[in-house]
Amino acid sequence: MTKKMHDTPMLDELEKGPWPSFISGIKRLRDQHDDERINGLANDLLGQLEHSYETRKGYWKGGTVSVYGYGGGIIPRFSEVAKQFPESKEFHTLRVQPPAGNFYTTDMLRQLADSWEKWGSGLVTFHGQTGNIMFIGATTENTQHFFDEINDYGWDLGGAGPCVRTAMSCVGSARCEQSCANEHKIHRSLVNNFTDDVHRPALPYKFKFKVSGCPNDCVNSIERADFAVIGTWRDEIKVDQAEVKSFIENKGRQYVIDNVITRCPTNCMSLRDDDSLEIDDRNCVKCMHCLNVMVKALSPGDDHGVTVLLGGKRTLKIGDLMGTVIVPFMKLDTEEDYERLVELAEETIDFWAENGLEHERCGEMIERIGLVNFLEGIGVEVDPNMVLHPRESSYVRMDGWDEEAEKWFQRKVEEKAAAAG
Amino acid sequence: MARKEMRTPIESGCPDGFQYMHPVMIKNFGQWKYHEHPKPGVLRHVAHSGDEIWTVKAGTQRILDVFSLRKLCEIGDKYADGHVRFTIRSNIEYMIKDEAKVQPLIDALEEAGFVVGGTANSVAMISHTQGWLHCDIPGTDASGVVKAMMDELIEDFKNCRMPNRVHITTSCCQINCGGQGDIAINVQHTKPPKINHDLVANVCERPSVVARCPVAAIRPAQVNGKPTLEVDEKKCICCGACYPPCPPMQINDPEHTKLAVWVGGNHSNARSKPSFQKLVAAGIPNNPPRWPEATAVVKQILKSYEQDAKDWERVNDWIDRIGWPRFFELTGLPFTKYHIDNWRGSRKSLNASTYIRL
Repeated sequence: MTKKMHDTPMLDELEKGPWPSFISGIKRLRDQHDDERINGLANDLLGQLEHSYETRKGYWKGGTVSVYGYGGGIIPRFSEVAKQFPESKEFHTLRVQPPAGNFYTTDMLRQLADSWEKWGSGLVTFHGQTGNIMFIGATTENTQHFFDEINDYGWDLGGAGPCVRTAMSCVGSARCEQSCANEHKIHRSLVNNFTDDVHRPALPYKFKFKVSGCPNDCVNSIERADFAVIGTWRDEIKVDQAEVKSFIENKGRQYVIDNVITRCPTNCMSLRDDDSLEIDDRNCVKCMHCLNVMVKALSPGDDHGVTVLLGGKRTLKIGDLMGTVIVPFMKLDTEEDYERLVELAEETIDFWAENGLEHERCGEMIERIGLVNFLEGIGVEVDPNMVLHPRESSYVRMDGWDEEAEKWFQRKVEEKAAAAG
Repeated sequence: MARKEMRTPIESGCPDGFQYMHPVMIKNFGQWKYHEHPKPGVLRHVAHSGDEIWTVKAGTQRILDVFSLRKLCEIGDKYADGHVRFTIRSNIEYMIKDEAKVQPLIDALEEAGFVVGGTANSVAMISHTQGWLHCDIPGTDASGVVKAMMDELIEDFKNCRMPNRVHITTSCCQINCGGQGDIAINVQHTKPPKINHDLVANVCERPSVVARCPVAAIRPAQVNGKPTLEVDEKKCICCGACYPPCPPMQINDPEHTKLAVWVGGNHSNARSKPSFQKLVAAGIPNNPPRWPEATAVVKQILKSYEQDAKDWERVNDWIDRIGWPRFFELTGLPFTKYHIDNWRGSRKSLNASTYIRL
């Protein structure tokens, strides 16, 4: 390269130390890549980043960039210091939806790398916080070319802006003994029903789906998803008493008492005098702790289903919210079951699109209008699993009590009849 | 380009993961029996069929250049079975059928500078945001903070010495992208935005900006005859929510944008319900290129947790058991008026009992 390389004394400090350095990676693109476009781009990117480090300020501004036919999926970035660093002046990110479970073959990763160095900066992240593959750094024009190329071999953009966002699911049934669901199918059934809402932002704000196979919730769905689907079971925990004994032989009785029995949040476990385990399954809340500790001896039951929680999000605007239980348990065996789940998502998004304020997440809307009004809006009956406890305040008008009580008894009769088949 | 030349997108959405999945995982989908953790960075899953799959996990720089990505692929072809996945904390996982390939794969990854570990009771890779490298509103960098911190925490990534796993997260603004973590290092602004009144009218949709403020501190105003916005600085909580919709309301400041540390965020339902992180330290300088003050606070907390927590206790479980006074005593961090939630809804966080560890 004939051009002058920017000095980067502060960034150079991040090449020291044992953890892999992203600065060294960008320098490789600057110094070793055989495309001069990438060399120049990496050089100016480093220059701008060094400038940020020196002044403790960011220098990217947003804008409007999209690909033909879509309204979202690109994070536009224009440099505010383009005069000093012209070759990275347009540095947009393409958000691309990963496969459910984040699986790749090395061949596919290489193909994506080929396309990306043809059109982009050569910098990529697997994955961003929402779950997208982040192809970081393309010009406005090349954004379209890169998308056209990878779209032809199976990749589509994710969401950006007020829209349904890219979903996320754990490794799940593909490699985990705790999984009680087909995360991959749930993930794709939900998000791919809303491709129009992913690509054309027209909702009050973002809406995220996340799917975990069990209550360990490895994708943080309760805390980070507007629509969280979590695998669970409703029959008994499977206990292999021989494995329980062998675990006790190995780790000692006190270890089991201190780390399994007394850690159960509902005290539903007991260690018998003969070192076998007794579980009061009616009071098990599926917290997963005992199963996490005794992976060989204990397994989830066989009557699988999912719990759905709505309304999780991070800080802006009213503070962090966790999802609230909306469906305590539903089976997901048949195609009809999956359709019911997708319908719940449709009802939720439709109601929120109608009633949410601008820039208001679904959970914030529920907080503003009250859970009961939301449930009535989406046609879901109240359930004591939705609350920690009944109300503490008497400031409420209750002249509809008799009707509501009758509804409850009627539902119980119907449930009984349905259970009897 | 002329419109007729434009290509219509194929709206294929989220791709099917099965086409990239290891054949052993496809065969045993939903049929896994248990797993073992033979050593840090390595998992062995056994299916009811008797099949097994080995996983080797490695940390990377997350912002990958194509050279590093190709290197990871090359290693995956030579020493593994060509099937990989990425965890939500951006580690790469290689799945392999044959145990004999595990050690050569680990050696190849380490030889190439990647870090094998991140499983079980380790300090996992720090999940992070975009920062100065790519975000439009960042108060700090993300990749740089994480690189500097992981340099110091690398032995705890490579080993499993903690009472339970530790998830650390960072965030370069106060409002959105960063997650909940056992330990979170987040930007905390300490001064109201500085407003460029010449630009507001042309750049910002003023009613939206007024509506965005969590404490209703922004109101329309006229300055030098131009319509603009003003901030009631007595009300302002310096969160920066007005900055994204109105860039002339600059919240980032080289000196007054600080870092704060929060602990006890836990997404899992295991043992106790999911919990949000709580503030423990603030006023930490935003000090590139290596942020030593922030790392020191994190190490201090980790040391107390490692020494005092019982097996299986996550940071929040540990503090629930020992109480907050003891936490501040053990870590040596000051407890201030800023630690007390001070609004109407805060009564739920006040101690209305005689439960006091004396």
